[in-house]
Amino acid sequence: MTVIFTIKVEGAGEAVCYEGERVLVALERAQGFGRLKGLFRKLPVGCRRGGCGVCRARVISGEYRHDPMSRAHVSEADEAAGLVLSCAIYPLSDLSLRFDIPQLKEAAYHAVTATPEE
Amino acid sequence: MALIGVLRPGFVQMRVLDMPTAVEHYTNRIGLHHVTEGKDGRVYLKAADEFDHHSIVLRRAESSGLDLVSFKVREDADLNSFEKRIVEYGYPVDHVAAGEQPGIGRRIGFTIASGHRIELYAHAEQSEPKPRTHNPHIWEIEPHGMQARRFDHSLLYGPKIDENLDFFCKVLDFECAERVDMPDGLLAIWLSCGMKAHDIAFVKHPEPGKLHHVSFELENWGAIGHAADIMTHYDISIDLGPTRHGITRGQTIYFFDPSGNRNEVFAGGYTYYPDNPTRTWDETQIGKGIFYYERVMNEAFLSVVT
Repeated sequence: MTVIFTIKVEGAGEAVCYEGERVLVALERAQGFGRLKGLFRKLPVGCRRGGCGVCRARVISGEYRHDPMSRAHVSEADEAAGLVLSCAIYPLSDLSLRFDIPQLKEAAYHAVTATPEE
Repeated sequence: MALIGVLRPGFVQMRVLDMPTAVEHYTNRIGLHHVTEGKDGRVYLKAADEFDHHSIVLRRAESSGLDLVSFKVREDADLNSFEKRIVEYGYPVDHVAAGEQPGIGRRIGFTIASGHRIELYAHAEQSEPKPRTHNPHIWEIEPHGMQARRFDHSLLYGPKIDENLDFFCKVLDFECAERVDMPDGLLAIWLSCGMKAHDIAFVKHPEPGKLHHVSFELENWGAIGHAADIMTHYDISIDLGPTRHGITRGQTIYFFDPSGNRNEVFAGGYTYYPDNPTRTWDETQIGKGIFYYERVMNEAFLSVVT
């Protein structure tokens, strides 16, 4: 039987996520259907494979399993505190999570405008 | 023209979070071949159309990214003359003994202003599979996966790329094929040591030592389409494409390996001669320069790196 979980994104809305599906990919699909209307901007989607760190989020409640996540973005202490790369986690129950990281747009802006440190 | 000094990008060493999925990706999907595994667990890969021992080195690590880019020079004496010039420029040079990587001779290494480790070496043994040299076929082993023909180039992100430009041109005898200038300064450079539109490129970025992508050459636009079919079939994460770059004119797909390192498959691109003038781009046309059909950069181009 197909198992479906609900992913609640704090302040944004809800998405359905199938068992074995990456949470971020389920959120991308939900956004495509217009179901994350409360999100203040586009989802922070990068590599979708646990390496680049842009989709970092905090799991507020729920169980999940995860693939390797780059320690450059999620330290062991972060991991213990529920910080994840949302592309690398798979739900084992309904989840509630929060994107509370510096967002892509800001990073992109700084990349262009930052003056090199002398 | 005869190529002297730095010949071409030889190999890169990449960090991966999980070795079995990385090897599966680079061999069965991209189309490389497994050459050997070192005692320390590093895995050495090559394309069947390359003669030299390997062009991709995978190292298991806790974070994704790039350890080093190594260029092959024409002869051993070049290593001595480049070492002298690099030290005179002000960068310390270290020495890596022959055999630290299987099949590769002695290397010299140094860190450039953007925080990346660059190496030079002169000797590489050959390994199988490789092209036959007498009455050769088009290929000796039937191409598989995305049918990568060679490791082509890398694009790296870091600060102080003005200094990288100065160093690569003055000390390593590269030429700048193309550049992007924003109102507040240099944003990106494409550098050539031979007749390709780029052998290494840099984009200005606040964090040092970052990887944007490692690129593999495919035969043509048809092969890019076949690669896209493979990416969807095997659920490989795509960044953008198939599309084309205005800069270099290469046909391309940006996608990610299972550790989140960006890869590119690349075909075409113009022939560069060292007397060609540098092509320049400004803020108004940068979108077309990066993605010629979309005509706008996606958000990930400037911000998603490992």
